[in-house]
This record gives sequence, structure tokens and C-alpha cells, in this order.
Amino acid sequence: MPSSLSPHPTAPGPKATRTSQVCDAIGDTPLLQLHVVAQGLPEGVSVWAKAEHLNPGGSVKDRPALAMVRAGQRSGAFDMAQDTLIDATSGNTGIAYAMLGAAVGFSVELALPANASAERKQLLRAYGATLHLTDPMEGTDGAQRVVRERVAESPGRYFYPDQYNNEANWTAHYETTGPEILAQTDEQITHFVAGLGTTGTFTGVTRRLKAHDASIQCIAMQPDSPLHGLEGLKHMPTSRVPGIYTPNEADAHVTMQTEEAFAMTRRLAREEGLLVGPSAGANVAAALRLARTLDAGRVVTILCDTGARYLSESFWENATDTTS
Amino acid sequence: MATTTEQPSVTIRIPTPLRSYTNNQSIVEVNGATVQAALTDLIDTYPALKPHLYHDNGDLRSFVNIYVGDEDIRYLEGPQTALEEDTEVSIVPSIAGG
Repeated sequence: MPSSLSPHPTAPGPKATRTSQVCDAIGDTPLLQLHVVAQGLPEGVSVWAKAEHLNPGGSVKDRPALAMVRAGQRSGAFDMAQDTLIDATSGNTGIAYAMLGAAVGFSVELALPANASAERKQLLRAYGATLHLTDPMEGTDGAQRVVRERVAESPGRYFYPDQYNNEANWTAHYETTGPEILAQTDEQITHFVAGLGTTGTFTGVTRRLKAHDASIQCIAMQPDSPLHGLEGLKHMPTSRVPGIYTPNEADAHVTMQTEEAFAMTRRLAREEGLLVGPSAGANVAAALRLARTLDAGRVVTILCDTGARYLSESFWENATDTTS
Repeated sequence: MATTTEQPSVTIRIPTPLRSYTNNQSIVEVNGATVQAALTDLIDTYPALKPHLYHDNGDLRSFVNIYVGDEDIRYLEGPQTALEEDTEVSIVPSIAGG
């Protein structure tokens, strides 16, 4: 994506013609065909995964974070020289904001539940963000409340993108992820499957695909239970529902059990060489489940984030370890 | 809930997403000398919680985070972690959404 963000001076000389900011490395991710985990599918059915974990911030959230920052700049809501960006996050959007803040030169404060993984908190601190750790019992809904309180207490201090209610969240995917998927499948995509968190990815990609061809089937996935291990995904019936969420745009809704997603996450690492997180495992498991029911088609899903930020978690447990 | 039990009385903190199963109670008082006993007492009172916490075979689901005070029971004695009077047990949700 081209960048309009450039408070830091661009280096002169030949470098200026190459990628000169980390923002320019966001998007244009590979679309990878899954092979081993997709064995046994009917001839003519394939499953493809958009490798969003290869974005510079390690997740799909680089796209909406950049789009929301730019939209704030354009509207005048965000004066980078004066304002501090603040938002609630489960981690990935926050990491993207923090990376952009470091790259472009603005301050970032993030509210996230205190039980976010140690790796995530360390990543955010490494990029120089200030963290407000909120009550683990209230999840990101509690983090959103803390942000609203801080913004109300200090008028004029903050730019609050509010990713759950910001149109630029889903339009980022309408303008970039969706067209990339169409181009990378030679417009032959038949089905799109994605989990719901802020719902930005699902909403933006679905609207773009449907605008191209209304017969492309778009399937929304969410955890099967209010208590689940699919970090980043939301069980909508028991969550504060994001303002950008429009459930009737999905052709179908499916649910995913955490254990099935963990098993697929392990398989993606060991059998496909794709170190991704549990929400990516959930997406692939849902895409494969759908693919098994088809006679023909190209199913596309999203690898939301890198598995590196979950390495301290127990679901990787490796039965092949030996000690001597 | 029994009042004549010799088991210690403890509190269980219920995360927002599970409160629809506990009549919107955020804190439930139960009795139990271990985490397992306390959770069993909780489920006896609110049976609809059970499939969210346990597998059909009776094991705690692997991703369910139970804390005694500030300690994850995975680093204590698991479900057999002993509880004393007035201990606070928390069911901590995973982190959802963006």
C-alpha cells in the first residue's frame, strides 16, 4: 500500500525509491494453497489461506490499523504531533498501532485485559506503547470501557479510533484484502470463510467479493461457547456486539470448538510449516469442513496472526519431545 | 447450598460471558476443599455451566483458565489445588475481539 504518513523524513537517494516505511510493507500478502491438511478433498476443491501473519506487525490487523490512522488524519480527528492514539485491543490491533506509532512518530496508549499473553504485552512495550491493563474478568468489553473513561476525562488529548465502530476497519479489507483475494484466485473464488472478532475482516472482504459476484458464498465463524480459547474471536450472543457488525450479510454462520481449532493450529505448524495462532487454526478448520461438502470450488480463508505470540501457551504440547 | 458442611466457604468470580448462566451473578459463594469440589458445587447450583467448563469425560477443558487468588491452577495442583476459607477462585475468559 502506498503511504501518506511521513512525519519522519524519508532518506534521500536511491533508498527513497524503495520501500521506505514499514507501512509500505503492509498488505499484498501471499495466498497459499493448503496441501497436507487438505488431503482427501474432492477433485476440483481447493482451500487457500491468505497469509496475513506475514504482515510486518504479524497480523491481519496491520491493515485496519493503518486505514483508521489515515482516516483520522484525513478527517482532522488525529493530529499526530499533538494527539495520543488510544484504543482497546485484545492484542493484534494494538501491536499494529504501536508499530505504526513507532514508525511514523506518534504516541500510543492501549487498554487490554491483564491476562493477555506475556508475549503480547512485551511486544507492545517493545514498540514503546503505554499499556492500561484492565480486569481480566471483563475481557475487551472492559478494556473498551476504560478507554471511554480516559477519553472523557481528558478532552482533546486523545485520538480514539474505536476499532469496533470505525468504518475504516472494514473498508481497509474492502479496499485491499478483498481485491487481493480476487486477483490471486483469478476471480475463481467460490467461498470465503472467516471468524468474527471486530468483524472488520469478514465484513470488508464479504462486501468486496459480493460486489464482484453476489454468488460467492461468505461464511462467518464464531466460537461455539462463551468461554473459549480462540483469542481474538468473539462469541456474539454474550459479547458487546461491534457497531460495524451486520450478521445478515453472511450466507451462513458456523461455530468452532476450541479443541478442534487448537488441533488444526498444531497441524498447520507441523504439516504445512505455517506457524499461526488459534484463530487461524479455527478459520482453516472451518474452511476444510466446508470444503469437504463441496463438489467443486475454491475456498479462501485468513491466517489471522503469527503463532509466535502464543508460544507460552500449553496447546502446542509436543508429544515428540524426548529427554536424555 | 448446604450450611452445615465442614468444607471451606469460598467465592468464585464469574466472567462476563458466563453470567447469563449464573442469574447474572458475578460472584458466587460455594463450598469446597479443592478447586474441583468448589466447581462441582458451582455446577450443582448452575448446571448449564457444565459443558462450558468440562469435557463429557469429566476433565476440565484445556483452555479453561482457573485462578486461585492470582495463581493459575496449572502451576499449582490443578483441580486438586486445596482451598482455604474465603479463598477467591476466578474463571478467567480468553481475550476476544481485535
